[in-house]
Amino acid sequence: MTAVSEQIGNWLELFTAQPPAEAWRKQLRDGAFERFCALGFPTTRDEEWRFTSVAPIARTRWSEAPEAIAGSERAADAVAPWTTGGIRLVFVNGRLTGPVPALPQGLEAGLLTERSELNLIVPKTAFVALNTAFLGEVAWVKAARGAVVETPIHLVYITTADAYVAPRVLIQAGADAHLTVVESFVGTGAYFTNAVTEIAAGQGAVVDHYKVQCESLDAYHIAALGARLGQSANFRTHSISLGGKLVRNDIGAVLSEGTEATLNGLYIVNGSQHVDNHTTIDHAKPHGTSHELYKGILDGESGAVFNGKIIVRQDAQKTDSKQTNKNLVLSDNSVVNTKPELQIWADDVRCTHGATIGQLDAEALFYLQSRGIGRKEARSLLTYAFAEDIVDRIKVESLRDSLEKVLFEKFHEHADQ
Amino acid sequence: MSLLEIKNLHATVGDREILKGIDLTIDAGEVHAIMGPNGSGKSTLAQVLAGRDIYRVTEGEIVYDGQNLLDLSPEDRARAGIFLAFQYPVEIPGVSNMYFLKAALNTVRKARGLEELDAMDFLALVKEKLKIMDVDQNLLNRPVNTGFSGGEKKRNEIFQMAVLEPKLAVLDETDSGLDIDALRIVAAGVNALRDPRRSMIVVTHYQRLLNYIVPDFVHVLSEGRIVKSGGKELALVLEEKGYAGLGIEDAEEEVARV
Repeated sequence: MTAVSEQIGNWLELFTAQPPAEAWRKQLRDGAFERFCALGFPTTRDEEWRFTSVAPIARTRWSEAPEAIAGSERAADAVAPWTTGGIRLVFVNGRLTGPVPALPQGLEAGLLTERSELNLIVPKTAFVALNTAFLGEVAWVKAARGAVVETPIHLVYITTADAYVAPRVLIQAGADAHLTVVESFVGTGAYFTNAVTEIAAGQGAVVDHYKVQCESLDAYHIAALGARLGQSANFRTHSISLGGKLVRNDIGAVLSEGTEATLNGLYIVNGSQHVDNHTTIDHAKPHGTSHELYKGILDGESGAVFNGKIIVRQDAQKTDSKQTNKNLVLSDNSVVNTKPELQIWADDVRCTHGATIGQLDAEALFYLQSRGIGRKEARSLLTYAFAEDIVDRIKVESLRDSLEKVLFEKFHEHADQ
Repeated sequence: MSLLEIKNLHATVGDREILKGIDLTIDAGEVHAIMGPNGSGKSTLAQVLAGRDIYRVTEGEIVYDGQNLLDLSPEDRARAGIFLAFQYPVEIPGVSNMYFLKAALNTVRKARGLEELDAMDFLALVKEKLKIMDVDQNLLNRPVNTGFSGGEKKRNEIFQMAVLEPKLAVLDETDSGLDIDALRIVAAGVNALRDPRRSMIVVTHYQRLLNYIVPDFVHVLSEGRIVKSGGKELALVLEEKGYAGLGIEDAEEEVARV
């Protein structure tokens, strides 16, 4: 047997051991598993995976996550403090714990009971197929047409076992609806999260999406986010990556006429952590606007990849697109690979992009020291300041406040090393 | 005992020697002006005193308040009462002026055996100092020097000095880039901080500033050495005759800064 079919063999055992499911779910699972078998895991020979090897994931014999341990959802307060308040759905080892809280008018949330738009938005890559092949409980959030939901909806994923978990989310915002969703990922142990989130925003909808990835430092986290955005919709997503041993985020947004999309990200890695952010912004129709700002802080022997693809289709005249990636490197042994990828087929557009990799500003350090602030303190202050403009853009107050606290403590640790 | 004693100070940047044997003694409460043409080493001297590590001291010593200054880190010098008002104050986006100043003041207070101030006491102190400097309180909520005009930056430096209450203030070309109104405000702020227990080194290219901040002594620096020292009247001689009158060449500014 070849290495590839050996890998698939392990997954086949897991796949067939799944409990039976309804017809729509089974159909999706079967089709996806077939696709995963055909594609196999990507290797560094694939252009999209040049700098990120998933061999450690492919080599491991994963098992299915056990049932949730009673009471472990309460751990959410401790491990994901930013999710206090708001409407909260907690998934432990992939399963929803506790009842769905009372919901305001115009909002539906809970578990998906029919296919709806599932698997129609996100590109069907190998990892997405592997998620769909193990389709279990799907978190579902839907704001009705015109509904303005002011309370953020928090989806908390806690993993407590060395296992494979495949979180799946479908978010639907009807025309002119306003919706805020926060996803957070935490856990303990050496597990593999393979998450997929799909977002459909109707005409004129305003969707604010946040993802806080705070996985265990032994965990693998692969995630895909697909967003299909209606005419004049306004979509913002903020991806905060703090944890995980090997992390990959694939974010794709398809814009319609007059759509505004903001893709921001912050990644902070140390030790041997590796984080890879691939984004694709597809301007399919005229008058679209996109802003993208990704900032990274690297220490130790960590690595980061940023690949920002912007597609401007022939039809997408008057597109206005700006992409920025900034990296702050605190050690000599960190590696950053950053690449803008612009494909422009229209001729009346404005697209700018820029990438920087730098160290702490020596003059700023001296300035702070010359006022009595110790060197370590000055370093952590400047590092914190670098991250600040992303944190500042977070509109969910509880999330912003606790993130500020987490970062502040983190940079003091960094500075002490 | 003198507050500051600089003996035969030599300093280099890269492999270029900039200070070539400076001797200078400053007693408590004195204001010394250091004048000199561009590239004479004025700013280097100011930065060496504050501990900027791009300059290497190759010879000589600096005794400050009984301690060997060159043994101290920049932050320890600040805690010991040295303050440098930068010629080019550094912009630090993302750090609020208020947070920065409170952190600075509390480390300095701690080093002096004083209690740290809480937010309320700090604000009260700051408000009092803002009045002296004619600084808008909004300045406090903005990131350090970010988007400040040239005048605001210089005023912010003197405002910081007012808050930190140093024993030795080094003003590095605090007049450069200021119009006459801004210069008057900055000079008034500096004069308000004159104190028998506070010494100052005022580094300037032009005599103009010294009309407002009247020094006790004037030293003329040329090619890394003090070539002439005198009372405040020396500045007037320079005003009248220029550096050339002292036989000193005033070259166009060289890029000596790193």
